Amino acid sequence: MANPVTTPGSKRPTLVDGARASRTSIALKLLMALSGLAFVGFVLGHMYGNLKAFSGHDAFNEYAYHLKELGEPMLPHMGFIWIMRGGLLLALIIHVACAIELTRRARKARPVQYVVKKHTGAIPASRLMRWGGLTLFLFIVWHLVNFTFGKVNVETGETGDAAGDPYNLLVDTFDVWWMTLIYLVAMAMLGAHLHHGVWSSMQTLGLTGTAEARARVKTISFALAIVIAGGFSLVPIAVLTGLID
Amino acid sequence: MNLTLKIWRQTDAVDKGKIHTYAISGISQDMSFLEMLDVLNEQLNEQGEEPVAFDSDCREGICGMCSLMINGEPHGPEVTTTCQLHMRSFNDGDTITIEPWRSGAFPVVKDLVVDRSAFDRIIQSGGYISANTGSAPEANSVPVPRDNAVRAFNVATCIGCGACVAACPNGSASLFLGAKITHLGELPQGQPERWSRVVDMTAQHDHEGFGGCTNIGECAAACPKEIPLDVISQLNKDLRTAMRHGH
Amino acid sequence: MTDMPDTTLTSDRSHDEPSPGQYDDAAGYYTLGEPIADTKAPAGDIADRWQTRKFEARLVNPANRRKLSIIIVGTGLAGGAAAATLGEAGYNVKSFCYQDSPRRAHSIAAQGGINAAKNYKEDGDSTHRLFYDTVKGGDYRSRESNVYRLAEVSTNIIDQCVAQGVPFAREYGGLLDNRSFGGVQVSRTFYARGQTGQQLLIGAYQAMERQVKLGTVTEYTRHEMLEVIVADGQARGIIARDMVTGEIETHLADVVVLASGGYGNVFYLSTNAMGSNVTAAWRAHRKGAYMANPCYTQIHPTCIPVSGDHQSKLTLMSESLRNDGRIWVPKKAEDCGKDPRDIPEEDRDYYLERIYPSFGNLVPRDIASRQAKNMCDEGRGVGPMVGDFRRGVYLDFKDAIARLGKDAIEEKYDNLLDMYERITGENPYEVPMRIYPAVHYVMGGLWVDYDLQSTIKGLFVTGEANFSDHGANRLGASALMQGLADGYFVLPHTIRDYLADGPFPEIGEDHPAVVEARADVEGRIEKFLSINGNRSVDSFHRELGHIMWEYCGMERTAEGLRKAIDMIRELKREFWSDLKVLGTADSLNQSLEKAGRVADFIELGELMCIDALNRRESCGGHFRGESQTEDGEALRHDDEFAYVAAWEWGGQDGTPILHKEELVYTAIEMKQRSYK
Ligand SMILES: Cc1cc2nc3c(=O)[nH]c(=O)nc-3n(C[C@H](O)[C@H](O)[C@H](O)COP(=O)(O)OP(=O)(O)OC[C@H]3O[C@@H](n4cnc5c(N)ncnc54)[C@H](O)[C@@H]3O)c2cc1C
Ligand code: HEM
Ligand code: SF4
Ligand code: FES
Repeated sequence: MANPVTTPGSKRPTLVDGARASRTSIALKLLMALSGLAFVGFVLGHMYGNLKAFSGHDAFNEYAYHLKELGEPMLPHMGFIWIMRGGLLLALIIHVACAIELTRRARKARPVQYVVKKHTGAIPASRLMRWGGLTLFLFIVWHLVNFTFGKVNVETGETGDAAGDPYNLLVDTFDVWWMTLIYLVAMAMLGAHLHHGVWSSMQTLGLTGTAEARARVKTISFALAIVIAGGFSLVPIAVLTGLID
Repeated sequence: MNLTLKIWRQTDAVDKGKIHTYAISGISQDMSFLEMLDVLNEQLNEQGEEPVAFDSDCREGICGMCSLMINGEPHGPEVTTTCQLHMRSFNDGDTITIEPWRSGAFPVVKDLVVDRSAFDRIIQSGGYISANTGSAPEANSVPVPRDNAVRAFNVATCIGCGACVAACPNGSASLFLGAKITHLGELPQGQPERWSRVVDMTAQHDHEGFGGCTNIGECAAACPKEIPLDVISQLNKDLRTAMRHGH
Repeated sequence: MTDMPDTTLTSDRSHDEPSPGQYDDAAGYYTLGEPIADTKAPAGDIADRWQTRKFEARLVNPANRRKLSIIIVGTGLAGGAAAATLGEAGYNVKSFCYQDSPRRAHSIAAQGGINAAKNYKEDGDSTHRLFYDTVKGGDYRSRESNVYRLAEVSTNIIDQCVAQGVPFAREYGGLLDNRSFGGVQVSRTFYARGQTGQQLLIGAYQAMERQVKLGTVTEYTRHEMLEVIVADGQARGIIARDMVTGEIETHLADVVVLASGGYGNVFYLSTNAMGSNVTAAWRAHRKGAYMANPCYTQIHPTCIPVSGDHQSKLTLMSESLRNDGRIWVPKKAEDCGKDPRDIPEEDRDYYLERIYPSFGNLVPRDIASRQAKNMCDEGRGVGPMVGDFRRGVYLDFKDAIARLGKDAIEEKYDNLLDMYERITGENPYEVPMRIYPAVHYVMGGLWVDYDLQSTIKGLFVTGEANFSDHGANRLGASALMQGLADGYFVLPHTIRDYLADGPFPEIGEDHPAVVEARADVEGRIEKFLSINGNRSVDSFHRELGHIMWEYCGMERTAEGLRKAIDMIRELKREFWSDLKVLGTADSLNQSLEKAGRVADFIELGELMCIDALNRRESCGGHFRGESQTEDGEALRHDDEFAYVAAWEWGGQDGTPILHKEELVYTAIEMKQRSYK
């Protein structure tokens, strides 16, 4: 007799033995959702800080400085920032690693493409997640070079501490029209990413078990996407239009 | 009606296959889509060309045997199965592209016919309640709240056709999987094996080469039985809970 | 039709057979053989027989079961349930189906429900009442021991299915709901909306898949059984074709079970699935299994009519529509092409209400079907011309909508009316629906004894493929009951008595019976591919269906049946000389598959006509024009025909041999059915 768990006559896959929940694609998705939600939390805070720019030079810089000594004396100077950076880096690694693995699986799952394929039932944002994610990744790298680690002032050409204090660096950056453009494109991508991502993470966490819950979460996702993408875009637009200088 | 049909022809699993174009005329609005293909096959047989292979059995929308990607939509433009799709959904002069389900886990057998045994193996891995014949208690000894019974029924109407996989940009079978998890998880009889079931079935789903779900929603839009996306949420929740239970 | 003795129509063939009765319509077409009897049902009180048989049937030691192998052809309710149960018991089971998954067997299409004598409504139901209703519904042409057992195990089925997670309809209190069905007076039908068959089958399928995982059941999908292997007087295996690779495979076992469903597709158009076939049963018949009552066919009155020559299959609409819809045709033939809404009330003929004032639109299935045919034969059918004929009558909801409101009708029949609209493109809320009868079920099938064993030792037959439980007419919601009863609760007990003698001596692939069976299969396939004629398989199938429907359909006459036999014989000659099948044998080849099925349907069709010709009485679904009361009711002749006609294959050029099994009723009295 043939091996009982295979269908005889062909080399078809067998049944999995000793399955573990943590090894499933859904586990990957859970990591994706949790890391994504960590980002959402971060960007909300980040946005709040950015909007401080509307309160003027001193308020903004003070906020930036305040972050560095948050938690003192329990934490050393810059402690909070480094913990957050560590957390975000971890989240980023997880998020990107899972994204790559899921993308790889999806590619393998459809080795031959359709000649004609419609996308009934999908919002455009949902199909933009991977390209959008890649864009966000590139943006994040540049963003860190721009403001955090490299501190590149494209207007003055200075780098490092010479680039200016946080507020000045910000204003100088967005005085350059194409920097603003890059930034706005990235925020549009972020908006799209969240439009689908927030709903998707709720679904991944299993919190959308009814049609009503689904509709609610979809509205919240959309609203959050607008708020975050819009909120981040205000500062550069304000700088470019001279509202902030 | 006169139509131009662009049909995927592939002699067997190893053949590369390509689209062939056929002209067909005298199609009536009252024909079902598959009857239109029957007419084409009669015509091909007459001309000495081998008829196009496609699956169907009940032709009343319940067995799940029929498939076909029609103009980029599984089961065509209506919310129904291909066998219940009628030609009045098309217009004279239309070009219709017909392809097999595309999924690595559903290899093409011939022309428009694919192998969906992966679904059987997902069920084998745990899609049941272990109740040996003769061991069942009296049926009314365990009441089932009506809401649970109704939800279980609604999702148990899945016909295992695979349209969800065909539609999904990730080639995921989460809708099919979630429908079974929800059906059995909704009933008191399904509780004892609930957590091992979701883990085993999900692992088998992945092992078969179906992609991971990213909640795009094309599956539910394609599903002829209107299985809702809730079942994927339920699936995720059950898996998460199973993890907590140490599976 | 005439009620007069018809002497002018006797066949011109020789009459050397003994004449069994006053008329021997089929004289010359058959040979009379020895009577046959069921020897397995224990004697004694009918209520004790099954318990006795279960006790007397020998047991197989659990350690030995693994060494015993069982082939089951079919994964419908009958086959799927048996595979699961025998797998659980520890036997080594091989399961076959022609679809790509066991879950797609045609049991999945059953809509209405499944009967069980649970008496949850406390409305006086009991095993005995279910037994009584089923025998009476079958017009006293079924075997009482089998039917009693069916009623007896019916309650276990519901328990089993609920334990498997079948989502039956429930009441608000969480307990199971019932509805009444098929004209019986108690509420004993369990249902899962309009998809009962699907839910029951998924339950059996899942139970079977569980055994696949546990290694007791091996499943062979897209495999078509093409021959049974009978070695040294015992069924020992099958020859199957892998429909994907074309490979001809030999599968050997200690016992073979056929659960291959019904053969309604002999009519080409029916409510059966495209692939439903008689091949498995017919191949067994040719190897020695008797075919019982092949002419008993159930024709369902409320199906969506044929819309054109291209039609490939018919769709059933639940019988419940007749509760609110009124059936009519125009009084004048010239109105038939008109928009029905333009035909004034006085020009409409509500013929069922006219002919059967007390039952009206709710007459039994067979009457409603036959009258619809009569109207169309008179030229008063409606709907599009199909050929030279309009095949359809109106089922009108106008009055019901006026009385109950559109919302109520929508709520009651919603998905049915939607389905109708999808298929016909007409809105049934505005235009009267058109319906027409269609072949739906066959009561006939392979002859089996109480153990469900055929006349070939070691060949068991279950479900719609056997003949045993429904007599000449099946009541609604009882085929599902029979399939699951056979599969879960009957066969597993009776088969062990046979297997207690096993394992049987090994036979190898070189056994002459195996070699011969393989050669037959290969020869046939080669033949189909080499005839190289002009006509497609479908064209033959369609023509056969036409003949069967015309002459062996709702009303049969000696004259028509003889004509049909001649036509079928001619068709058979043409089939074997003018068939055109393209493609190869070693790949998926759907025309080739169909060719094999149609070849067997043609032979079956002839036997059905002979059986119908022989049975010069009307009973249940079999209506002989020559045997009716003055007002057109079916007239049974218990003195002559209270028997099961079990036909033995008479050889390629011989005539079939009729063995009669006398029907004896000890627990019930034979009565003439009456609808007045
Ligand atoms: C539209 C419709 C509605 C119905 N509604 C009801 C209802 O409400 N209540 C009720 O009680 N009954 C109903 N019936 C009748 C009932 O569904 C069937 O009689 C019953 O399901 C038959 O079950 P089965 O297991 O015998 O065969 P099937 O379910 O037909 O299974 C046959 C199996 O045999 C396999 N097979 C056949 N030939 C071969 C071969 N040559 N080689 C390999 N495998 C083969 C097939 O693959 C399949 O697995 C309905 C029938 C129809 C058509
Ligand atoms: C490094 C750059 C990033 C990449 C490559 C990336 C990529 C992806 C991909 C491929 C997905 C899965 C697609 C899907 O679920 O539909 C995803 C999901 C998600 N992403 Fe990102 N992303 C990035 C950054 C971000 C950022 C900055 C945020 C938040 C501000 C974020 C929030 C989310 C959320 C909430 C999800 C949904 C998780 C889920 O589906 O359960 N991502 N991301
Ligand atoms: S979930 Fe819907 S689309 Fe997917 S297999 Fe089931 S019925 Fe088909
Ligand atoms: S053929 Fe059965 S669902 Fe379409």
